[in-house]
Amino acid sequence: MSGSFTDEQIRRYSRQIILPEVGGKGQKKLLASKVLVLGAGGLGSSAIAYLAAAGVGTLGIVDDDLVEVSNLQRQIIHGGNIGLFKAKSAENFVRSLNSDVDVVTYQERFSAKNAGKIIQDYDFVVDGSDNYPTHYLINDACVLEKKPCSHGSILRYEGYATTTIPQKGPCYRCIFKKPPPPGLIPNCQEAGVFGVLPGIIGNIQASEVLKYILGIGELLAGRLLCFNALDMSFFEAAAEKRMDCAVCGDWPLITKIEQKNYRENNSEECGL
Amino acid sequence: MTEELDLRGEVCPYTFVKTKLRLEELDSGQDLTILLDDSAATANVSRSLRSEGHEILDLKALSGEVWQIVVKKNEIDLQ
Repeated sequence: MSGSFTDEQIRRYSRQIILPEVGGKGQKKLLASKVLVLGAGGLGSSAIAYLAAAGVGTLGIVDDDLVEVSNLQRQIIHGGNIGLFKAKSAENFVRSLNSDVDVVTYQERFSAKNAGKIIQDYDFVVDGSDNYPTHYLINDACVLEKKPCSHGSILRYEGYATTTIPQKGPCYRCIFKKPPPPGLIPNCQEAGVFGVLPGIIGNIQASEVLKYILGIGELLAGRLLCFNALDMSFFEAAAEKRMDCAVCGDWPLITKIEQKNYRENNSEECGL
Repeated sequence: MTEELDLRGEVCPYTFVKTKLRLEELDSGQDLTILLDDSAATANVSRSLRSEGHEILDLKALSGEVWQIVVKKNEIDLQ
């Protein structure tokens, strides 16, 4: 035994304990942390896998979908689990990868009713959702509950990620004031998605989580990092907090989570 | 008082990982005596300790099979 680590933990986490910025102190922070992943789809698959591998102590996983064969082109943690709830399938994956991780599954739709209650138990939220109402719901719940969040989104060959830190810099609504009009952005069943893309963006999100917990490096706060897999290029746009933001501005219109602000629009459903 | 860490039987990179974890528990300025049974591991551990900013006070073979490193912890805060 060294410190409070078992010999297996020392071996399992040796490559990151060796990192000068991590060490045993950082590994203990990771093991004590609680991270919520919203959506166990493409983004969630890679985020969940690497957060579990790194030894995040508690992983909450929210998803009400079942695993379908069409998911497996990019949702890499669900192999052999067609027909199972994705949350349960993800839990099985995590348990086989790293028994240090406590998994809490929510086999329910993330909604205005349960958002605040679920989020409040966690230190960091990963937005792996696949539709605009849920992106806004996650953002507003994180602003109101003062939780940091990594947002990600993908379509075809392109994706982006940004990180929001409560009361510091812009939130998702500051960057994307309103969702695009229905029909402007095709859903992924129409448009398709390059299978590696959610792996790349989801791992950028996982990196943000780990850096936040460890207190190291520069986060994507106030920065929208965009990626194009065809060009194999990244570019970054600076984003600022908006004084007139509906949820984090000086005179917010949204002061509590109400369903009317997150109307479902089936044309945007995508099942990424 | 000098702390001692017996790493005989242990291999790289766990020799350094265990050294690093033990050092984290010590106060800055405190000494740690490390015993190893491999010359390559002794060289690796002492090099890694130096690169993290610690001071090697002594490094010697105690016999043909045992090496000893005495290191003084220097506080480094990268977090």
